[in-house]
Amino acid sequence: MKRLPTILAYIVLVVGGVLMVFPLVWMLLTSLKPAGELFNLEVLPRAPTLDNYRQVLTQTDFPRWFLNSLGIAGITTVSVLFFDSLAGYTLAKLRFPGKEIVFVLILATLMVPTEMLVIPWYVMSVQYGWVNSYWGILFPGLMSAFGVFLMRQFFQSLPSELMDAGRIDGLSEFGVFWRVAFPLVRPALAALGIFTFLGNWNAFLWPLVIIQSPEMRTLPVGVALFSGEANTAWHLIMTASSLAVLPVVLVFLFFQKQIIEGVVLTGVKS
Amino acid sequence: MKLRFSLATREALWAFAFLAIPLAFFLFIRIYPAFQALWLSLFEWNADPAKRHYVGLEHYSRMLADPTLGKALRNTVLYTVLGVPFQLILGLAVALLLQSVTRLRDLFRAIYFTPYITPAVAVAWVFSWMLSPNFGIVNEILGWVGIPAQKFLLSPSQALVTVTAIVIWQNLGFQVVLFLAGLESIPRTYYEAARIDGASPWAVFRYITLPLLNPVTVFSAVIGTIGFLQLFTQVVNLNFTDQGGPVGSTLTLALYIYQLAFARFQLGYAAAVTVLLFAIILVITLVQLRILSRRVEY
Repeated sequence: MKRLPTILAYIVLVVGGVLMVFPLVWMLLTSLKPAGELFNLEVLPRAPTLDNYRQVLTQTDFPRWFLNSLGIAGITTVSVLFFDSLAGYTLAKLRFPGKEIVFVLILATLMVPTEMLVIPWYVMSVQYGWVNSYWGILFPGLMSAFGVFLMRQFFQSLPSELMDAGRIDGLSEFGVFWRVAFPLVRPALAALGIFTFLGNWNAFLWPLVIIQSPEMRTLPVGVALFSGEANTAWHLIMTASSLAVLPVVLVFLFFQKQIIEGVVLTGVKS
Repeated sequence: MKLRFSLATREALWAFAFLAIPLAFFLFIRIYPAFQALWLSLFEWNADPAKRHYVGLEHYSRMLADPTLGKALRNTVLYTVLGVPFQLILGLAVALLLQSVTRLRDLFRAIYFTPYITPAVAVAWVFSWMLSPNFGIVNEILGWVGIPAQKFLLSPSQALVTVTAIVIWQNLGFQVVLFLAGLESIPRTYYEAARIDGASPWAVFRYITLPLLNPVTVFSAVIGTIGFLQLFTQVVNLNFTDQGGPVGSTLTLALYIYQLAFARFQLGYAAAVTVLLFAIILVITLVQLRILSRRVEY
């Protein structure tokens, strides 16, 4: 009697799973097809080739876009982890006048949608000559209000006696933060780090606005504009997409547990 | 006494030192630009500062009579009311299924989660290839079962629904992971007590599972709503040569703002539309939090 529902559950899950995976598989398979096989829609390529990859990697700035994205997402993540922790720690553990106001001020920025800020950021970038520069691409993301909020929650759950012990041992206030508190919130840092990196790796609107020359493009902007120009060369478009998707999926397969726990952690804590 | 006072002062000084850079960032990169957007919405913008002039609330009255804005607004609302409930229901359904099986649960969870981390730009291009009216694999498969080829993204009546489905495909795993964690946090004892009382499976779901999942549901609904209200990347890439088309049927507020500001350089009017988007997001989020976050006591 109990078998049937379980079997049905598996069937539904498998069908859903196929729907989840198929687009990515189809993308990969298309990327391995020579242009001539593109429209016969056989599932497997008859003469699989890496020629499309060679073409995309050599005829575009793809490697450069990849490095741009890596650098920008990397720098942003380090900055967010450090400054959001510092601010979160201060708001959780130090006593000072105006604490409530500072916290509310930072939290309030969560309500403002990016679209509203993009125009002033652009005006600002024109004024200071940041258009089409790395600094221009990354300055809006250097800190995140959500991260400050998340880190504050985690630092609050640390017992204050730990910090006092550090002070008695002669650490400066920064030493207490950096040597005592910071290492203790590693799970939160991992979650925030993963989300910040992914968010910046996949970011599209602001990079599209601020980037003007091909060599400055980030991966999503590069893929979008390349695909737009490639017209109906779907084998090349799917190759570019595969090149954008594969690194993320590989990283996910490696850090699957941490990433999923990170989602849960941020979801539950907030 | 003197010592304690100086300790407190020392702590406050450290606090201000720690907060100096973050506070400067939030003031100059987040708060000031938000007010600047309000300010810009009152001006006719020009690259030459001397030619910018104050127009008062003209942009706001122009919004009332802008049919394209009306279309973008209607589409954005449609995306949200269509997308959020479907996304929540599907996410909960998959999470319940996953909870009911013991083997391969982690594998399935990973499979459903993968689309969530893939770049939306790439996803959009993959789907526009699959859904291509003449050469797409989807129409090919529909052909096998005798369904005529559909135009999907190129049909004014199907495009919005198609975009919504693609966004749900990408977000589903996020909802599943959250709901699964929520389900696992419900104490077993509630279910055992219900079984002893002879409650039906529906009653258990309705009176135990759903109410105890409420915090997760609220979080997912708010995140999902904000996401759909700001829909941009997918819409741009799914119909790249006619962004927002066909005939404006997929245009969103975010895309309209982008087009106004960076294709037509009407930055003042675009800023006014961002103020409208801000107001909508603010009101909806507050209402959702109020309606959905009623506490459940047991």
